[in-house]
Amino acid sequence: MKAGTLYLDGVSVVFDGFRALNSLSLVIEPGELRAIIGPNGAGKTTMMDIITGKTRPTAGTVQFGDHDLTRMDEAAIAELGIGRKFQKPTVFDALTVFENLELALKAPRDPWSCLRWVLPPAARRRIEATLAEIGLADRAGARAAILSHGQRQWLEIGMLLMQEPQLLLVDEPVAGMTDQETEHTAALLRRIAGQRSVVVVEHDLEFVRALGEKVTVLCEGAVLSEGSIDRVQNDPRVIEVYLGR
Amino acid sequence: MSATTAETPRLRPTRALILRGLLLAGLLILALLPLLNRLPPDHALHASDFIVSVSGKWMCYAMLALAIDLAWGYAGILSLGHGAFFALGGYAIGMHLMRLIGPRGVYGHPVLPDFMVFLGWTELPWYWWGFQFFPFALLMALAVPGLLAGLLGWLAFRSRITGVYLSIITQAMTYALMLAFFRNDMGFGGNNGFTDFKELLGMKLNTAGARAALFYAALLSLSGAVLLCRHLTRSKLGRVLVAVRDAESRVRFLGYSTVSVKLSVFVLSAMLAGLGGALYVPLVGIINPGEFSPGNSIEAVIWVAVGGRGTLVGALLGAFSVNAVKTWLTSFAPDLWLFALGGLFVAVTLFLPRGLIGLMRKGEER
Repeated sequence: MKAGTLYLDGVSVVFDGFRALNSLSLVIEPGELRAIIGPNGAGKTTMMDIITGKTRPTAGTVQFGDHDLTRMDEAAIAELGIGRKFQKPTVFDALTVFENLELALKAPRDPWSCLRWVLPPAARRRIEATLAEIGLADRAGARAAILSHGQRQWLEIGMLLMQEPQLLLVDEPVAGMTDQETEHTAALLRRIAGQRSVVVVEHDLEFVRALGEKVTVLCEGAVLSEGSIDRVQNDPRVIEVYLGR
Repeated sequence: MSATTAETPRLRPTRALILRGLLLAGLLILALLPLLNRLPPDHALHASDFIVSVSGKWMCYAMLALAIDLAWGYAGILSLGHGAFFALGGYAIGMHLMRLIGPRGVYGHPVLPDFMVFLGWTELPWYWWGFQFFPFALLMALAVPGLLAGLLGWLAFRSRITGVYLSIITQAMTYALMLAFFRNDMGFGGNNGFTDFKELLGMKLNTAGARAALFYAALLSLSGAVLLCRHLTRSKLGRVLVAVRDAESRVRFLGYSTVSVKLSVFVLSAMLAGLGGALYVPLVGIINPGEFSPGNSIEAVIWVAVGGRGTLVGALLGAFSVNAVKTWLTSFAPDLWLFALGGLFVAVTLFLPRGLIGLMRKGEER
């Protein structure tokens, strides 16, 4: 399989008799920006949990390139280059914006290396470049606790970028954002896709439209429809279960 | 933005300077105490034997506080059993001191400590081997707490036991050890523990010179421990610890093994506590299973809470100030101490969540 391709085939997850995912199949090509939409309970978050190793599938194949993700733990999957941005931004409040990015920087992770760590100039430049990319260059020395909601989301995206991921999973990035912040976020995600794959789970259809890429609609744990936003918006099945409500 | 943003200090420079000044002044006063003790008793600057001996004890407590602060204040591991690591370090040195008594014991046995002769034992248990050598005993004072913390931490952190559950396990650990050490057939002197020590490293223990030497050993070790902790907390590892404390699962998602991060700091913390205990026992001349009592560990946590967790100076300040109050209060109303301690803890929790150090930092949160 091509390196960097995410491949889900026939993935099912059953919690106490409830089928959160029902033989879900999905392929994300390297560099692709994909939006995933679907009503509540469609399995969007469970799908993210499966990919990141938080939940184990009951059946099915989950592969990233040649790696079988169902056999790896969360840390190993993160190490492999799959980053996840949670719905609720979790940045480290007690640390500065710069320090948050520094922790996320790809570097040896064991305690001893951390103790002896000295920030190399190249890494500092990388952090500064990321600060500029996420629009937080002027807040580098501020504690993350005092950032606005939107700024916290961007910082978290920045932290994911520092890990040089090949695949980025972004869970509802614009929930609670102002229109201007939403616009900024769409531009940010478009900018960062291409060099890596980005999967965005979102409710906000205007935002999905602003991303301007392929959309997958999930329903009851399986793919209902796939294509451009215009195509899925006009798909009668989609209208029935989701958009038409 | 400038290239130095990463090192932006949390404190305004003046206050950081004040804190550092206080720390240095404290260390300097401590360093002078044994010398002031030599002045004639009617001299204005004379430091009494009592002051010197309690300061020595407090330095050992400060090591314990530092150890707890490293685990709790930075990594969020609230151990309510750190007194056990302190006591184990103390017992390791205590075993060495017992071996050095030799034939000077009441029963005059050349090898066996008195309590073993009393119990009718004829040979030294295997786990007492090697303790006649000081370096071995010192190594054990660090290694035994370290290994115990390593085992307990590995089991707990691997199973993602955190918060109050971990605290309860550590309480149970120190309680279980207390019960075990109370038993005569454990071979650690049972109820009476170890006492009546004669010498250490060729020094007679009841001389002024030996007391001063032990005092300086404690001072040097404490200073070393502060420097070590300072280096650690200012490194990237220190920032990882803070991140683990505040959002452990997020750190895991960043690809850090939080188990190894927490384990390494917990083991280091236990070793520091063990070193504190190892310095404490020759200073006070006794160790018994009471040192394992769960209350001791909780009291030590309160020192850190009072001083201000998450700052090294806070741990030191808490250990010295709470113990100073304790020494003062118990001199005339010993029954009141537990009420005072409980009240202190409630007051700090309600009004000073960041401890005495928090008072200095008020309004600096931006």
